[in-house]
Amino acid sequence: MIVQQLIFYVFALTLVSAAVAVVTVRNSVYAVLFLVLAFFSAAAIWMLLEAEFLAIILVVVYVGAVMVLFLFVVMMLDINQEPLKEGFIRYLPVAVVVAIAMAVELLMVLWSRGRFGVEMFPVPQPNPVGYSNTRELGELLYTNYLLPFEVAGVVLLVAIIAAVALTLRTRPGIRTQDVGAQVRTRRDESVRLVKMKSEKPRSV
Amino acid sequence: MLTLAHFLTLGAILFSLSIAGIFINRKNIIILLMCIELMLLAVNMNFIAFSRFLGNLDGQIFVFFILTVAAAEAGIGLAILVVLFRNRQTINVAELDDLKG
Repeated sequence: MIVQQLIFYVFALTLVSAAVAVVTVRNSVYAVLFLVLAFFSAAAIWMLLEAEFLAIILVVVYVGAVMVLFLFVVMMLDINQEPLKEGFIRYLPVAVVVAIAMAVELLMVLWSRGRFGVEMFPVPQPNPVGYSNTRELGELLYTNYLLPFEVAGVVLLVAIIAAVALTLRTRPGIRTQDVGAQVRTRRDESVRLVKMKSEKPRSV
Repeated sequence: MLTLAHFLTLGAILFSLSIAGIFINRKNIIILLMCIELMLLAVNMNFIAFSRFLGNLDGQIFVFFILTVAAAEAGIGLAILVVLFRNRQTINVAELDDLKG
């Protein structure tokens, strides 16, 4: 129990400080890297909550794909950072007031007596040996949630097509290979048969 | 002892932080997108905590779908960002006023 608490507080502290760094750091590349740290800490906390499959998915899909995509875009665009940071000081007090007000409201609800404490939600026993979180999730996903699962696939397909269609561009004046035109070519467009008399050998 | 309130508190703090991030980084679209990701992470944290303490796996299924939609959203959002930067050479929100809304 003590070890679990220690792990929770270490990773929660890392998570919160990484989140603070994400919103305050000046360089966007550092912000992405701190976001990666935040996702890693969150994955560790999800492990503590015995959601092993989602913790791995968070690392593989989020850190491995989405954050790398962010990093690509941040590094690819040649952004002038200076004008983007103006108003940082001006909006800081408003942001702090709103955030603290919101946090206090949420915490007042969370820590009010007998709402989310041990009495209402007793600490569950650890899962038995041999219990597979992935297997349980899979069984649920392919029975009760089959239709939403398929819809999620369609959503991803739409995202792929939309991303490609948005960023695809054909620049004029560049000689590129047009595979369609090559395949469509017919014989009589490219081959011309010429009838001509054969050359006679010069008589000596 | 780690109760449900501990995890919900973590989620609440994360959510408030990303709200603050949206306020102070309102010029930079990339950081805004990152704040949205952070917000979704906070929500997912609550879902997983409830799933654990209620002994019901449906919450984890929800997190699965949120992750899917968030990945799609990040992909399309960044594609729009790239197109925007190609056309305008800036990602400053203050200069994106063509619609005059």
